[in-house]
Amino acid sequence: MSPLTARGIRPTPDPRAALRGLRRFARGVLGSDAYDRYLHHHRITGCSHAPLSEKEFWRRKYADQGENPSSGCC
Amino acid sequence: MSPASPDPSSDRAASAGAGAAAATAAAPPAAVDEDTLRAEQRWTPAKIVLWVAISLVGAIGWLMLALARGETVNAIWFVFAAVATYLVAYRFYAKFIQNRLVRPDDTRATPAEAEYDGKDYVPTDRRILFGHHFAAIAGAGPLVGPVLAAQMGYLPGTIWIIVGVVLAGAVQDFLVLVISTRRHGRSLGQMARDELGLVGGIAAFIATLTIMLIIIAILAMVVVNSLGESAWGVYSVGLTIPIAVFMGLYLRFLRPGKVFEVSVVGVILLLLAIVSGRWVAETGWGEALFHLDRPVLAGLIIAYGFIAAVLPVWVLLAPRDYLSTFMKIGTIVMLAVAIVVVRPSISTPAVSEFASRTDGPVFTGALFPFLFVTIACGALSGFHAMIASGTTPKLVEKERQMRMIGYGGMLMESFVAIMALVAAVSIDRGIYFAMNSSAAATGGTIEGAAQFVNSLGLTGVNLDPATLSQTAKDVGEESIVSRTGGAPTLAVGLAGIMHKLVGGAGMMAFWYHFAIMFEALFILTSVDAGTRVARFMLADVLGGWKPRFRDHSWRPGAWLTTAVMVAGWGSILMMGVLDPLGGINTLFPLFGIANQLLAAVALAICLVVFARKGRTWSLLIIAVPLAFTAIVTITGSAQKIFSSDPGVGYWANHLAYRKALADGKTELGLAKSVEDMHAVVFNTAVQGSLSILFVVCTIIVLLVSLWRTWQALNGKNLLDTEAPRVESEYFAPAGMVATPGEKQLEGRWADHLREHPEKDLAGTVGH
Repeated sequence: MSPLTARGIRPTPDPRAALRGLRRFARGVLGSDAYDRYLHHHRITGCSHAPLSEKEFWRRKYADQGENPSSGCC
Repeated sequence: MSPASPDPSSDRAASAGAGAAAATAAAPPAAVDEDTLRAEQRWTPAKIVLWVAISLVGAIGWLMLALARGETVNAIWFVFAAVATYLVAYRFYAKFIQNRLVRPDDTRATPAEAEYDGKDYVPTDRRILFGHHFAAIAGAGPLVGPVLAAQMGYLPGTIWIIVGVVLAGAVQDFLVLVISTRRHGRSLGQMARDELGLVGGIAAFIATLTIMLIIIAILAMVVVNSLGESAWGVYSVGLTIPIAVFMGLYLRFLRPGKVFEVSVVGVILLLLAIVSGRWVAETGWGEALFHLDRPVLAGLIIAYGFIAAVLPVWVLLAPRDYLSTFMKIGTIVMLAVAIVVVRPSISTPAVSEFASRTDGPVFTGALFPFLFVTIACGALSGFHAMIASGTTPKLVEKERQMRMIGYGGMLMESFVAIMALVAAVSIDRGIYFAMNSSAAATGGTIEGAAQFVNSLGLTGVNLDPATLSQTAKDVGEESIVSRTGGAPTLAVGLAGIMHKLVGGAGMMAFWYHFAIMFEALFILTSVDAGTRVARFMLADVLGGWKPRFRDHSWRPGAWLTTAVMVAGWGSILMMGVLDPLGGINTLFPLFGIANQLLAAVALAICLVVFARKGRTWSLLIIAVPLAFTAIVTITGSAQKIFSSDPGVGYWANHLAYRKALADGKTELGLAKSVEDMHAVVFNTAVQGSLSILFVVCTIIVLLVSLWRTWQALNGKNLLDTEAPRVESEYFAPAGMVATPGEKQLEGRWADHLREHPEKDLAGTVGH
């Protein structure tokens, strides 16, 4: 059992892990990881059809965003 | 796991019911048990020392700001007072709210887990979600409001930004997030209809829609005022459009999904746009092409708003949103570092002459209530309720994380407002008033501005016209006189701080235009996103009459609804730009009032929800800020409507000008022609009518919600609008850093998820 390796938290500072964490944070905040999330969902829910291609996924995502706008802030 | 149910959703239900009876190893608990939580909360000598130290630092910060009466005060004290107060509030008050009012239950699945779809509903790492939520709530508002409020000195603004966020703003964001998360992430408007019924729902709808239009109009006006007659600014902000379109095309056709990489390219292009702006502005053709008057700019922004809102999002909105997020987080971190490193000393008095007067040149009206509405987003922002209900609730992993995301996110926004205030008060007061007094007062010339500012009778202010021309030269502008709206003042302040950190005096112009650019970027994003939201709201209403409007792919419908909404905010924008009285100083209070009326609506809905959940005395946590903001906004509206002082009341001014026209006068006050006088008559009537509309809608919402709350306290009409409980099979820590108990449970979950990868919704445990 290695409780500390979960979620990238390690006992000693490791510059590469820190960089990875930073990259994950930046991608997450920007929403760049949307396709990865979708693929992950596809994988773990065991859908039988093939997943959308990355290009098709982003097309649909932007189309959805156009249909369901959310406002930014003041 | 039941072999007959390979589908994870039925598996979830089965294991929720059967629990430990399942064949394979049972899942670890979805929450840290109460005993461990309590043990971790226990006070130790080290913790006591830490919190005493934090409190002392905060107290010293406040003492320095409030009582030190030296010539100057160092900006670092603002940072100490703010950060220490935030920490104490987050640790004690937010926890108190969590325990007494919210009572989160981590064994209950959030929408992200229960309705997991890999798209809108995805459990998201709390630290990422914090950044995401913060980027969504922070915009130009907290940067602009405090700058205008600096007219009254730094202390009133600082107190309201910090105390207001702790007791009101962060409470609102936190609670709206909580109630929306328990309701599938429903929007504020939907919750208003559910909780308040038809009348309250309609009033909330009208209030939300009109408030949105006025907010877009006034933000657009801030951009117009900062770009008017600035070839450099127009060129570099204008270039954001082709840069965003390039990013959109790149993501669509070249490398779909490579958002991070294209954002880095976009930011580099943006910086090049700022740098090259100087050369372009210095050429004859650059000057001829980009030197635009304010009405022309307003027209361009209106056309832009229409086009951007009907184009597919991938062309402009989405890529610019990436740029804006990147710049937002980067710049705010940079500014925080700069303030701590440079530590500018501030010579603005704590409480200025205008704090006790109603005739300030930047905004009119007394400290109470107008200071509270002018600061707008940094202390309490109703607009956040729209973000806190909607996207974030669909991403949050655990109910106990909402304190950090909702309350903590708003504390960060408040800190942005404090930094904006520091930047504004760090510049010379004479320059501050020359920049923020309307062109009607200063005549738009350096001599006129110096004369006007010196005539204000401010202690220690003796403005020399040469200072104004030198400052304009330093920041690469033709003139800085009467650049109202807050953004240019903030940009001068930011340039003054940043050039000491990076680049020296030669870089001041770059930093000025950098600040203008990033504010314009936020605002343009708000303009087209807000127009889209408003258009969809209108389409939904029209759909009741002609169902075809609900079909969003019906282009004529989309164009018509967009045109109506753009005409709505565009006419207010034009009116403000052409206003003989200066526009922003008459309109900005309307923006602040509108935004806080929306906050009152959001808090009122929270009050009803928690009353219906059976809370009693703890409702004071909501009732106190609700009462305060209701008093502030209703008093402000009443003064704007009924005040007999033409400087404050819209109708008083309206009548004064009508009377003057009837008497055959050809000029009055700042209006120097009959035409101008007619414009004032018209504008004040519009502004006065809008004030009445907002306040009436809000009073209806308040009355309905008080009545519902009263019913609930008496055990009547106890609607339960919560989504049914789903047992959670997921775990994540609550705070920024996991506690030992949480780490241990995370470890158990990591092992469990390795055996059951189908339950690893966030995909954090190895693939």
